[in-house]
Amino acid sequence: MTDSKNKDLIVVDGLCKDFGDNKVLKDISTTIKKGEKVVVIGPSGSGKSTFLRCLNCMEDPTAGKIIFGGENIADMSVDINVHRQKMGMVFQHFNLFANKTVIENIMMAPVYVAKKNIKKQKRDNLLIKLHLKKGEITPVTASMPEIKKQAKEKAVELLKRIGLEEKADAYPSSLSGGQKQRVAIVRSLAMEPDVILFDEPTSALDPEMVGEVLELMKELANQGMTMVVVTHEMGFAKEVGTRIVFMDEGRFVEEAAPEEFFANPKSERAKEFLSKVL
Amino acid sequence: MNGFLVKVERFIDIFINQGGYNEVLGGLKNTILIAVSGLIIGIVIGTLIATVRVLPKYSRLSRALDKFCTFYVGLFRGTPMVAQLLVFYYVMLPLIGVKMTSVSVAICVFGLNSGAYISEMMRAGILSVDPGQMEGGRSVGMSYGATMMKIVIPQAIKNILPTLGNEFIALVKETSVVSFIGATDLYVAFNYIGSNSYEFMVPYLVMAIMYIAIVCIISFGIKMMERRLRKGDRQ
Repeated sequence: MTDSKNKDLIVVDGLCKDFGDNKVLKDISTTIKKGEKVVVIGPSGSGKSTFLRCLNCMEDPTAGKIIFGGENIADMSVDINVHRQKMGMVFQHFNLFANKTVIENIMMAPVYVAKKNIKKQKRDNLLIKLHLKKGEITPVTASMPEIKKQAKEKAVELLKRIGLEEKADAYPSSLSGGQKQRVAIVRSLAMEPDVILFDEPTSALDPEMVGEVLELMKELANQGMTMVVVTHEMGFAKEVGTRIVFMDEGRFVEEAAPEEFFANPKSERAKEFLSKVL
Repeated sequence: MNGFLVKVERFIDIFINQGGYNEVLGGLKNTILIAVSGLIIGIVIGTLIATVRVLPKYSRLSRALDKFCTFYVGLFRGTPMVAQLLVFYYVMLPLIGVKMTSVSVAICVFGLNSGAYISEMMRAGILSVDPGQMEGGRSVGMSYGATMMKIVIPQAIKNILPTLGNEFIALVKETSVVSFIGATDLYVAFNYIGSNSYEFMVPYLVMAIMYIAIVCIISFGIKMMERRLRKGDRQ
C-alpha cells in the first residue's frame, strides 16, 4: 500500500447485462484505479449509462464480477448498501429527496448510517452479554444529537463550498437545475466516497447552468477524487479525463488517453462518432 | 309547526334533564374511537400490503407474500362490513375462545377492512412517486426499506391525502353498523333517546347534523394537513 495512487479501486470482470432478449452489455472487463477520471462516451443506446449503473449495482449485472472494497458486489449475498456508501452517484435528473430540505438531503445518509451502526453495536453488546456471541463489549459512546450536530456542521461546510448556504432550508423544488445538481454532488460527497459515478450530470440542464456544474466537477477532479463520468461534454472529457472509454453496442470499442483519442482515434466507429460531435 | 316545537322541547328535556347527553357523548366517543383507530390500523396494514405489492418479485417469498396480499384485499373488499363484523364477533371469537368487547372487535374489523382499501390507494401513491427518489436513496447507501419509509411513503401519503380523507369520512359514517354487534355508537345513542321518548324525528335529525359536523371538521383538518405537506412543492 505504499503507492496508493495506483491501487485498483474497481475491477470489472466479464460484465454482461441483458434486459430480456436485449443484450445491452457484452463481456466488459476493465480496471479503474484510484485517482483516475474515466470518461465514458459513445452514441445513445451504446450502454454507457447501463455500464455506470451496473458499477454500483443499480442494475443487477446478468453475469460477471465487480470487485470493489475487496468484495464482489455483483454477488446478491453481499450487503450492497455498505459499498454504495463509498460509491457516490450523481444522476441526470438529480434525484434529490423532494420531501426534504437541502440540508436534510445532505445529512440524510450520514445520519442514517451512524444510527444503523449504533443499533448494530447495541445489538452486538446485548448478544455478548447473553453469551450468545464471543467478543468484548464496546460501550456505545456516540449519541444521536451529537451525530446530528456533526452531520449538520459538515453539511453547512459543503453548502458553503458550493455557495448555497443560504438555501439550506429551502426545498429542492425552489432551486434551479444547476443548483440542484450541485447539491446532489455534495450529497454524495457527504459520505466521503472513494469514487463518484456521474450519469450524464449536465444533460438535463439549461446551457447556462452547465458551466457551474462542470466547474464543481473539475474542482473535485483536481482534489484527486476518482470519477467515472458518462457525458456528452467533449470539452470536459478532454480537459479532465485521464482515460476516455468509447462504447458502442455494449462493448468497449476503444480506450485511450484523451489527447490520443481525440487527435487520433483508431476505430472506424470512433472516427465517425467524433466527426459528428466535434 | 307547533307539533314540531313540542317534539323539540321533549328532546331537549330528555337530552339535558334526563341525562341523554351522557348516552350521546358515550356514543360519540365510540364512533370517533372506532373510526380513528380503524384508520390508523388501516394505514399501517395498507402501507405494509402496498409495499409488498410494489416489491420487485425476485424471490419466492415476495411472490408468496404478494399472493397472500391479493387474497386479503379480495376477501375484505368482497364482503360487506356488516358481514365481517358478524363473522368476526359471532363466529371467529367463539371459535378461538377469546373474549373481546364489541368496541375492540369493531376497531379490529374496521382496521382490517380499511387496510384493504388503503393498500390500493397507497399502491397508487407509491407508483406516483418518481422512481428516481428510490434510486437517490439507494445510491447513498440507504436500504430499500429505509428509503421507502423516509422518502417514498411520505411523498406517497401527500399525494393520496385527499383520497385518504375520503376513506376516513366513509369510516366515520360506516361506524353506524357497529350496533349489529351491540356496540354503542352515535346511532345507538340517539336511538335510545328516541325510544325513551317514543319520538324519533328530532333525535335522528340531530344525529344527522352531528355526522355532518364531524365530517366538516375532518375535511378542514385534512385541508390543513395538505397545506402543511405541500410546502415542499413547486410554488
